Amino acid sequence: MLKLESIRKAFRSGQDIVLALGGIDLDMEKGDFVTVIGSNGAGKSTLLNVIAGTILPTAGKVVVKGRNVTTLPAYRRAQWIGRITQDPLAGTAPMMTIAENLALASKRAHRSLRLAITRKRRNEMIDQMLSLGMNLEHRLDDPVSLLSGGERQALTVTMATLARPEILLLDEHTAALDPGNATRVSQLTEEFVKRMGVTTIMVTHNMEHALALGNRLLMMNKGEVVYDFGGQEKEALTVLDLVELFSKQHIVDDELLLETG
Amino acid sequence: MASILIHAAEQGLLYGIAALGVFITYRILNFPDLTVDGSFVTGAAIASSLLVSHGFDPFLVLLIAFAAGAVAGVITGLLNTRLGITDLLAGVLSMIMLYSINLRIMGRPNISLLRVDTIIRVVERGFHPLGGMSVLVFVGLVTLAVMLILVLFFKTEIGLVLRATGDNERMVIAQGVNTKRMKVGGLALSNGLVALSGALVAQYSGFADVGMGIGTIVTGLAAVIIGGSLIRSRKVLWMTTSVLIGSLIYRTAVMFALRYGYVIGFQASDLKLVTSIIVIIALVVPAFRERMSRRVKAC
Repeated sequence: MLKLESIRKAFRSGQDIVLALGGIDLDMEKGDFVTVIGSNGAGKSTLLNVIAGTILPTAGKVVVKGRNVTTLPAYRRAQWIGRITQDPLAGTAPMMTIAENLALASKRAHRSLRLAITRKRRNEMIDQMLSLGMNLEHRLDDPVSLLSGGERQALTVTMATLARPEILLLDEHTAALDPGNATRVSQLTEEFVKRMGVTTIMVTHNMEHALALGNRLLMMNKGEVVYDFGGQEKEALTVLDLVELFSKQHIVDDELLLETG
Repeated sequence: MASILIHAAEQGLLYGIAALGVFITYRILNFPDLTVDGSFVTGAAIASSLLVSHGFDPFLVLLIAFAAGAVAGVITGLLNTRLGITDLLAGVLSMIMLYSINLRIMGRPNISLLRVDTIIRVVERGFHPLGGMSVLVFVGLVTLAVMLILVLFFKTEIGLVLRATGDNERMVIAQGVNTKRMKVGGLALSNGLVALSGALVAQYSGFADVGMGIGTIVTGLAAVIIGGSLIRSRKVLWMTTSVLIGSLIYRTAVMFALRYGYVIGFQASDLKLVTSIIVIIALVVPAFRERMSRRVKAC
């Protein structure tokens, strides 16, 4: 489904060249769920950016469903790839209503001069909002800018579902939410991933999440994958094991330590 | 007095179409587009020269003017999205290029339409039972039709994407849309409307002049901002209505300023200065008000 071949990405920073990704290889089958942990600056987000096409790698190949998409622009990859980032503001259009945002998500390939929101579509939207249990079904005509961060992120997850991506990239998508909303949004995402069997990469700072979810775990440091646990190996891992591995790599990260506490 | 108001209303509606064009770029696409100062004249120039030299139908020239304006918008869009020139500069470059092109189209700096059958004359003949109101009724119908088509368009799938492009471009890209193409399309639509307005204004006032487009962006913004301060809504129907109301108010104010402004020493040539100052104030006041309210909250 998704294959990365020795992906490298170098950024220029003043006089220096910083290697954000130093040769990443990854092969994911359909339905695989990989969780990625690592300190800040390990290259996790850069990795997702390269897959989504918002940045081009310096070297290497990105292959989606057997097709080389390394230089394909982000909007063309969007037919297979859905993405939810940490920023609740990123995934929705604030000045437009909930209904209009949902309408934008449900039509991916062909957009025409047909009316975007029909009565039938509106009824579907009410059902979709009812299933969130956030009372948003009464607020279909409210601009999204009036929603809270948690509500917006839940809407973003719903929109990602409607677009039926084959690959889902989650970039710490609950990190900016309060605990209650974070739990709700992770539940929604889990349901979605299970129901659709979508191939998923989830970047997270929360080691418990990283262990509880998915069938494979990558630990990144300085642009490289330092540990790769699959199947039973991953099942056997505990948070303490991860902390130990981190200290072996001399990774010091307050945020990580807090998350484990 | 009544005739002043009728003239102001007629002009408010005709220039209102250009204001709708400015509304599309400024409010919807979030792209401050200066092309309009040139494309307004392009519409007037094409309409006038086709009417005078080639005897075209006065309604047909409106469509041709729209198409020409749309091409101008496409050029600005390509300069910005394909060549990476910033939005303001892309608009300025198009505007300046259009100045030369408009002179080429006209062949001289101005064209009189006194001796040709303009759309206004056709309407005066056709609607003559309405007497002095015939032109107002006609331009009212035309402008309303343009507005309603626009409102409908913004409810279609493509229209929705266009609005979202100005609102959150990254999100629209993630929905699989080529936002560059959307911007180019939006600029084409906007400048098409502005050129249509120019073609109508030329026929209405009986001439086309190469300098008639100067300040189109500012008067358009004035209409958008005046209207927006009166009707605060996020619904496209209300936003477009507010633009037309803003344009009507602006033209009425201009008419009175020109008529009675001499009392306070106002000259016609001061108009653009005063308009720009009004736009500056209108742009600054909301930001200022917000800062004040934040300061009050902080206390």
